[in-house]
Amino acid sequence: MAFQSLSERLQETFKKLKGKGRLTEADVNEALREVRLALLEADVNFKVVKEFVNSVRAKAVGDEVLTSLTPAQHVVKIVRDELASLMGGQNAKIQIAHKPPTVIMMVGLQGSGKTTTSAKLANHFKAQGRRSLLVAGDIYRPAAIKQLQVLGDKLDVPVFQMGEQKPPAIARAALESARRNGQDLVIIDTAGRLHINDELMQELEQIKAGVEPHEILLVVDAMTGQDAVAVADTFHKRLGLSGVVLTKLDGDTRGGAALSVRQVTGCPIKFAGIGEKLDALEPFHPDRMADRILGMGDVLTLIEKAQATMDADEAKRLQEKLKSADFDLNDFLSQLRQFKKMGPIDQVMGMIPGFDKMSKKMKGQMDFDEKDLVFAEAIINSMNARERANPEIMDGSRRKRVARGSGTSVQEVNRLLKQFEQTRKLVRQFSDWEKTAKKGGKKRRLPKFPFM
Amino acid sequence: MGIFGRLKQSLSKTREAVSGRVEAAIYGRATVDEELYEKLEEILIQSDVGVGTSMELVEGVRAVLKEKRWDDPTKLKPILREKLAEMVAGEDQVALNLPGKPSVIMVVGVNGTGKTTTIGKLAHVLSQDGKRVLLAAADTFRAAAIDQLEVWGRRAGVEVIKQSEGSDPAAVVYDSLQAAKSRDYDVVIVDTAGRLHTKVNLMEELKKVYRVLGREIPGAPHEVLLVLDATTGQNAISQAKMFGEATGVTGIVLTKLDGTAKGGIVVAIKRELRIPVKLVGTGEGIGDLAYFDAKEFIDAIFGEQ
Repeated sequence: MAFQSLSERLQETFKKLKGKGRLTEADVNEALREVRLALLEADVNFKVVKEFVNSVRAKAVGDEVLTSLTPAQHVVKIVRDELASLMGGQNAKIQIAHKPPTVIMMVGLQGSGKTTTSAKLANHFKAQGRRSLLVAGDIYRPAAIKQLQVLGDKLDVPVFQMGEQKPPAIARAALESARRNGQDLVIIDTAGRLHINDELMQELEQIKAGVEPHEILLVVDAMTGQDAVAVADTFHKRLGLSGVVLTKLDGDTRGGAALSVRQVTGCPIKFAGIGEKLDALEPFHPDRMADRILGMGDVLTLIEKAQATMDADEAKRLQEKLKSADFDLNDFLSQLRQFKKMGPIDQVMGMIPGFDKMSKKMKGQMDFDEKDLVFAEAIINSMNARERANPEIMDGSRRKRVARGSGTSVQEVNRLLKQFEQTRKLVRQFSDWEKTAKKGGKKRRLPKFPFM
Repeated sequence: MGIFGRLKQSLSKTREAVSGRVEAAIYGRATVDEELYEKLEEILIQSDVGVGTSMELVEGVRAVLKEKRWDDPTKLKPILREKLAEMVAGEDQVALNLPGKPSVIMVVGVNGTGKTTTIGKLAHVLSQDGKRVLLAAADTFRAAAIDQLEVWGRRAGVEVIKQSEGSDPAAVVYDSLQAAKSRDYDVVIVDTAGRLHTKVNLMEELKKVYRVLGREIPGAPHEVLLVLDATTGQNAISQAKMFGEATGVTGIVLTKLDGTAKGGIVVAIKRELRIPVKLVGTGEGIGDLAYFDAKEFIDAIFGEQ
């Protein structure tokens, strides 16, 4: 998980701090020394670390904090707020032009993920009803144009290309074409280049001058080390970046780039790439990321994900079912599918507060394997309608048949039925609970996922 | 330019960042004090040497100075050079192990480190050596990866075995090995899809490719090269560990070294992994690949002795 080692070290440090009733200045300094090391080891830029630690210290050693009833929590809160502000505070959105089309230019080093991110952005805005034009401005890397075309085809988004002509000319022609065809978003992919390559940097300046983009986004590999800052700084000085997209944040990056880039350039991180699929792009929320780093989870993103992927009618139908308490395997399957749509399970789980601690304790038992969901689906699909509605009738020979039909074993069928039974029990408890809650005049949302 | 000159040139930024800054820190000082040690540590950390390794290096320098009762700041640089050289040195076999016919090189790494480009350059180098090279397009996942490899194949004048996008990489590998055996190729280079080392199922897929290689040709793959982006920070260590566990990495190719002032990652890799850095990518041209040499590396950073 991204930031894991940083997260673990910080949490360990604060656990020690919380164990103390009173805090002295020495305690805080000791903790800050640990914080400093943790950040440095996470590839956070040296200068940024220095400033960060100093600013936390300035706020944390005052009388107000040390004499408060819960001084350690105070310190943690200060660190959390400073972390969030380090990364930019609030989520920064893409500026949409008053007069379309909005032009976005993508720049970055080789291999940071510009082409994939361009396509992901087009997909992101497609969901918001915008019509994008992807522009193939990388004429140097072999097959880069083809790559963008393949991605465009997958998304059903048009791709503008003029072979290996000069990129500034391609960009201008693309903008004209977008105006003619009523596309309201133009995303220009450019070739990866080293920030020290003057000739290629000039080319970017020419593209910029030619199309006057509303956004220039720097695509940064989240695993970049101390160099992240130098790269971002150079690109910013020459082009005037409007934002940053962090890619490969689904790996185990230590987070250095994420925590340094904004502080040094002042450019907000607008999006984060969290997977290889074209929908694996999330708006970046610094405050929520700070919570995740400190193990406080990210319930807001979880809820948003659920809202975005859940079919509203289906959710309502399920809720009705929950109330009536006749929850059967059809509903179970429908839940599984909704859950699967939310993305890789470990990512979803990572947003639950305290989950990382829990998962460590329960290692082995909590191995969420994506395949389990596939098997579960196959097993239920192999049952007939009567069996799905009345799982009680699943006797030995039926179980054998279903196992054969789904390519699983009887044990796996048994396990699924048991899981279902547990979920159903849970559902019944919930529906009772909701009824009583209603009597008390309170109506509260219920969690609705199996396995959780 | 010889392959060594190229290494030196691509490290010019690192040289400024390490050697240049150490000199600047020493300049005008009469004695070695705590502040200077701290500055030294800072310079090393900023070059991606890593926190632990940097501290260890500084402690090493401090111990030598203390032992010899030296207080002269100009001694700092030669001692640091020596300590770094100790760390980087080793009986590394940088030459590629290509014993039989066909020998198999498998190329792995996370997304965007430069696997396909490296393969193009490597194919060029090997065919210049008179070897008959075959490329296996086993990155069937990324859009247009196969086309990219074909372009490199044409540039290097070597053949590429491919299937359609989305097909099973293990099947492509199987086909390639059959072709190599029947048509008497010397070397097969297998391109694989970039994958984050934390994705369990993708790493399983890679293990399968690895197994197929070994089943078809005993002893294969003879080399597993992990391609690392030199601008990557300490995450490189984690990448090398996990790819190593999955496929037994035999050597590292460090790419984009010319763009970074942070060549210190070489030291971190040497120190923590004991996997030799074999090749270094120094640019986008087909000839921009150099063999790594520890002594050259130190010379490139500190200037020749």
